[in-house]
This record gives sequence, C-alpha cells and structure tokens, in this order.
Amino acid sequence: MEYILIIISAIFVNNVVLSQFLGICPFLGVSNKINTSLGMAGAVVFVVVLSTLVTHLIYTFILVKLGLAFMQTITYILVIATLVQMVEIVLKKISRPLYQALGIFLPLITTNCMVLGVSLLVIKKNYTLAESVVYSAATAIGFGLALVILAGIREQLELVNIPKGMKGAPISLITAGILSLAFMGFSGIVK
Amino acid sequence: MSKINEFTKGFLKENPVLVLLIGMCPALATTTSALNGIGMGLATTFVLTCSNIVISLLSGVIPDKVRIPAFIVVIASFVTIVDLIMQAFVPTLYNTLGIFIPLIVVNCIVLARAEAFASKNGVFASFLDGAGMGLGFTTSLGVLGIIRELLGNGAIFGHKIIQGDGILVFILAPGAFIVLGYIIAIVNKIKKTQEA
Repeated sequence: MEYILIIISAIFVNNVVLSQFLGICPFLGVSNKINTSLGMAGAVVFVVVLSTLVTHLIYTFILVKLGLAFMQTITYILVIATLVQMVEIVLKKISRPLYQALGIFLPLITTNCMVLGVSLLVIKKNYTLAESVVYSAATAIGFGLALVILAGIREQLELVNIPKGMKGAPISLITAGILSLAFMGFSGIVK
Repeated sequence: MSKINEFTKGFLKENPVLVLLIGMCPALATTTSALNGIGMGLATTFVLTCSNIVISLLSGVIPDKVRIPAFIVVIASFVTIVDLIMQAFVPTLYNTLGIFIPLIVVNCIVLARAEAFASKNGVFASFLDGAGMGLGFTTSLGVLGIIRELLGNGAIFGHKIIQGDGILVFILAPGAFIVLGYIIAIVNKIKKTQEA
C-alpha cells in the first residue's frame, strides 16, 4: 500500500517537472515531437532508476560508514557521469536497437538535474533502498508523462498562428504552466 | 572597453535565463519570493565566479581529454562550500532553497562558462565573465521573484504593498511557468524591435 502511495504521489501529485521543477531543460528541449519525447522518457527511466540504486548503496555503505556524508554532491555527480558513460558503452555492445533508440539522449541526461535531484531527494526523505527504487521509477515515469503530454500539445500548436514573440520557448512555458495548473487538481489525493 | 563588455554581456545580451534559456530549473523553483530568488542567484554567482577563476588558472594543467570531469570536480567542490556555508549562516534560506543548492552542480550555466570561456581566457577576464553572468542570472531571478511575490502575495521583499490576499497561483508552480513565459516573450519582442 505504501508503495502505491509513493507511486501515485510521485507521478501525479508531486509531478517532478510540473510541481518540483526538475528536468526543465530536456522538458522544453525535446518536447517538439512525440517520438523523440518517448525515447527521452525511456532513457530517463532507465538512468534515473539505475543511478538512484547505485548512489543509495554508495551513500549508506561507503559515505555514512566513513563519516563522509558532506562529500555527497561531489561523489554523486561523478558516479552519475561515469554511470551514464558506462550505460552508453554497454548498450552499444549488447543491444544495437536499444542503443539506437536511446543513444542520442544518454549524453544529455548527465546534465538533467532530475537524475542528481532524485538521488539527493531519496536520502533527504530517508527512504529505504526498495522505496527509493520505487520512488525513482515513479518520478521518472511522471517526467515521461509530462513530456509526452507537452509534446502532443506542441505538435498541435505548430499549426496555430500565435504572436511572433511568443513562438518557441514562451508559448511552451505558458502551456506547461496551464498543464501544471491541471495537475494541481490531483493534490489532496495523497496526503 | 572590452573588459567592461565581458562583465555587462550577462545582463541583457547574453542573459542566461531570459536569452540563452539555460538554468531554468532553479529560476522557476526558487523564485517564490524576491529574496529567495536573489539568494539563489548570489549562491550561483559565487560558484560561477570561483570556478571560473580556478578553471582559468588550471587550464594549462588539465589534459584536454579529461577536462569536463575535472571541471565538474572543481564546480562540485565550490558547491559543497556554498552548501555548508549557507547551512551554517542562513539556515532559513537554506531550508527554503533545499535541494536546489546542491543542484547548482548541474546548472548548465556554470559548466557552459567553464567550457566556453574560462578554459580559454585569462584569470581577470574569467572573473569578470563569471561575476557578470552570475549577476545577470541573479537579476533575472530577482525580477521573476518580484513579479511573482507582488502578484501572489501583494508584497515586495516581504513588505505588504497591496492589501488583501494575492493571486495565490502565482506563488505556486503554474505561476512560475506562466510569468517566465511572458517575460521571455517580452524580451524576444524587444530584441526583434532592436534588430528591425
């Protein structure tokens, strides 16, 4: 039951993009087409879950044991950067089709503040390892959901005649704002 | 003259948030009030200036192939310093900004300036570049914070100006997106008129 609460809360109520503002850059950058946003969403789920798992283990078994918890930021960013590189190399060797689908998004993910953000958040919330994995997967799915919805709206917006200054980023931001307003309707479902 | 230019370009011509559209996450998340926005901006400015100076000093020493990881380590060290200093001296602000202090590491502005400017230029120019970009970032966060606080709470820097309740939605998440969207649209419009 607890896990279901975590999942619903992370996907809808506290959606990572629309209410916590993590991962805005890729959210605006790759939301032109539904296809690319699906690819990005897949890559993000993969990397976020993996990096949360690894950083959680490193935090509990190395940093806390040695009294180095203040090294969290430096350690995490290096681990995540290395991890993304490794995933890229491994995918290239093992699964060509998967690499072709996710490959171009992987380097972009290192600078997605969501990956580091989720890894830091699970420590702040004192989640156990299992809870962390569930939370990170749900958060990443929430990111994917917001991304795909925005991409769908933006594909339609292409056809609309809007003021010149509003084209591109401004109209996407305002659309995201309205989307966020809609998602606020979910608040209250989970305490 | 060109030195002054290094400093001032961050304010309007190459303003990170409003023109280059980088560093959006903290710009949206921490601007619930003018003070929070400026606090976040100054923390970023400190990291940006210090990392620019150190990276331009080390640019001859760091091998080209591992430069990005090396830059990240330098940046992450300064972020840890800011994190600990703020935790000790301004605990309330630290708690409001929360996770976004450590997230300065992945703020694209810092790495972008390290890679595009500090690794190729002298110490003094890098210092000016970092300070200018950082203050430009702070200004845009301040503007965003002032607008949101005024609309959402009827106050500026905590001083009540308009009586009664504000439009709460501007303090909440949707307001951040909408206000930033309109500001960027206005900046775009100004740029277009200047070019024409």
